Amino acid sequence: MSLASRVLAAVLALLLAGGVCAAFWTLYNGRIAAEKSYDRILLGAASDIAESIRVQRGAPVVDLPVSAFQLLAQAPDDRIHYAVRGPGGRFITGLQTSHREPGRTAAGPVYFDSELQGEDARFVRITRRFAERDFSGEVTVTVGQTLLARQAMALELVTGALVPMVLAGGVLMILAWAVIRSAMRPLDTLSEEFSARDPQDLTPVSTEGLPRELGVLLAGMNRFMGRIDRQVEGMRTLISDSAHQLRTPVAAIRVQAESLLEQEDGPARDRSLARILARTRSLGTLLDKLLSRALVIHRTESAPREVLDLREVALELVEASDHEVLAPDAELRLMIGEGPVMVRADGFSLREAGRNLLVNALKHGQAPVAIGASVQGKEATLWVEDSGPGIPPQIEGSLGARFQRSTASREDSVGIGLSIVVATAEAFGGHVDTARTDGRFRIMLVLPLCPEAPT
Amino acid sequence: MIRILILLLTLLPVGTTAQEATATFGTGGSTLLLRSTTDLSIIRPVMERFTERNPDIRVSYEQWGSNALFEASRNACEGEGVSADAIFTSAVHQALFLVNAACARPYRSALTTALPEARRWRDELWGISEEPAVIVYNSDALEGDRVPRSRFELLDLMRRQPEALRGRIATYDIEASGLGYLFAHADSLEASTFGAMLEALARMDAIATCCSAEIIDGVASGRYHIAYNVLGSYAAQRAGRHIGVILPEDYTLVLSRAYLIPKQAGNAPAAERLLDFLLGAEAQTMLADIGLVMSVDPSETGLLPSARRLIPLSPPLLRALDGSTRARMFHLWANAFERDGGG
Repeated sequence: MSLASRVLAAVLALLLAGGVCAAFWTLYNGRIAAEKSYDRILLGAASDIAESIRVQRGAPVVDLPVSAFQLLAQAPDDRIHYAVRGPGGRFITGLQTSHREPGRTAAGPVYFDSELQGEDARFVRITRRFAERDFSGEVTVTVGQTLLARQAMALELVTGALVPMVLAGGVLMILAWAVIRSAMRPLDTLSEEFSARDPQDLTPVSTEGLPRELGVLLAGMNRFMGRIDRQVEGMRTLISDSAHQLRTPVAAIRVQAESLLEQEDGPARDRSLARILARTRSLGTLLDKLLSRALVIHRTESAPREVLDLREVALELVEASDHEVLAPDAELRLMIGEGPVMVRADGFSLREAGRNLLVNALKHGQAPVAIGASVQGKEATLWVEDSGPGIPPQIEGSLGARFQRSTASREDSVGIGLSIVVATAEAFGGHVDTARTDGRFRIMLVLPLCPEAPT
Repeated sequence: MIRILILLLTLLPVGTTAQEATATFGTGGSTLLLRSTTDLSIIRPVMERFTERNPDIRVSYEQWGSNALFEASRNACEGEGVSADAIFTSAVHQALFLVNAACARPYRSALTTALPEARRWRDELWGISEEPAVIVYNSDALEGDRVPRSRFELLDLMRRQPEALRGRIATYDIEASGLGYLFAHADSLEASTFGAMLEALARMDAIATCCSAEIIDGVASGRYHIAYNVLGSYAAQRAGRHIGVILPEDYTLVLSRAYLIPKQAGNAPAAERLLDFLLGAEAQTMLADIGLVMSVDPSETGLLPSARRLIPLSPPLLRALDGSTRARMFHLWANAFERDGGG
């Protein structure tokens, strides 16, 4: 069932329910109104007759007013009953009919329903009390009428109310249909666009001219597609990087292994073996880096972000003591302040980025090396500093390209490491910056400061 | 072609039965019993035409006095005696009473629904004719300016010439004639002249008698000079023979003879066909010719439309039959009139 027909069915059901309620209400109201107005006529006629009763020579006599009949003739086609009775129900004048009459009740007018010669009729009975010298007692006047005019009036009232209601309902239905159709049109357009789209096409869908609700949905979908796009791109990068980076060392190992086969035992063979071992080690490191980069790129897309203190990241890096393996003699200083340096990011990625900066400094820079975290304005910085000349300017210019391998660098070079740093910075809305002061080189991972720093 | 058989035209002794005359029209197999207050001699051509147009129907026409017809119809409604198939009466208040007592059956056709409101009630009672209540005078006794054109002029005339008119004014006996009572009742509602008229009639020793024919013949013969509230149709039959007819200019009561089909009617379909025939153009023209439908054209009748008072077939007529109203009317009447003794 389509959305449009669901909404239309709901509107129809609402209108029907409302219509039925209103119909019953008007039916009820119409009957009450007709009842009341014709009851008043009955009462008026009865009162007219009661007014005309006089006491003459000790007996009540009636001079029937023609106005009473003219009143009753307001219901032009209804048969009439009237009767005037003295004390004890003694018939004074009127029409003799047999109808059921209720017993004596209160003094006011008594309305009752009964039959008038086989036809449903409405009656009123009023009582007039006399206290004359020669006559005292009660005279009752009963006036009745069949129900044709009441029913006609009720019907007229009901149709008068129902006909416009039905018309309005029809108009509302048509309007509702048109409104729903126009509201649903963007959905149709959208589904058409999606079905016409190339499966490879992950570019964002334009949200222009769409209702806000759909815009939200589409923006979400665009974000989702962007993520898929980036992941696909990341995977593609990883594969091409890995192929590129691995091809050379694997070829070198193969060449050395082949030359090893041709060599006699002796010191030359041992050298070759040592070289193969060194190559293999460096290949392992390279693989680690590649995987770590892939992991960082994956995590920046998928891992939930947490609020972190960059000081803790720096501390952990120092405590991890990787530098002791790389450069056992190097001096490493930790420089962190009192205040927290909060960012919203993924801890693992940050640690990887920081480790790469640190390892680069230890390997390629000059001691003393320092690591630290600080706040600069609205930005948080995780930095590493050494006393060397820093990155060669031609590399610095293209900082953050997928991989950098300067001629000076070895195969386990800074290239992949820096690209991890740049990717991390970009993933969390920051950038990589460098600075040279007093012969010291500082490279910084700059991230926006998280405003809601925990106390 | 169609043979019209008049089987019986008998005046029966009063007392044994209330029928005044009977006749049968047509030879069809389906018998329609019509009880009517209309004089056979007047209505005959209409009935003949009806049976000509409807050869399968035989109309058994009974002419009744209005009070006797009312009595018989009420009894028939309660299951006593033979019911007519149709009733055609000038005592419209009695007809209305019968309808109010659920003694009639409804019928609708294009012709009945075309009737004005005042000439039908509940689709059970229909006004067929339109006949004025007129003042008839003897043209030998009264002429020129002495002819009263309205009730006021009649009152003035009686005041000015009491001796000339004493014992020479006639009107219906309202106890004997349902129609007379109906006119008197309508007069009592219509204007304040009613009291003055009663008083004057009493002073003049007016004669109250039963029947239209008797009154008009009395005027024609010079026994009466003036007859008040006589049905115009009867006067028209005898006009010219020393008789003048006046439609009172202050107001003229117009009676529409009522037709109804009793609930116990054995041959209602025939009664419905007769009703549609009577309301049709052909019958209406015939009724106009015999004086049962007056012209509405003021240049012909000399009567302004505002002075034309149709007695409507509506519930207020019930008051006329009310016991206490009747008693009071009869009391007033009895005080005013010396009984003629007849009727």
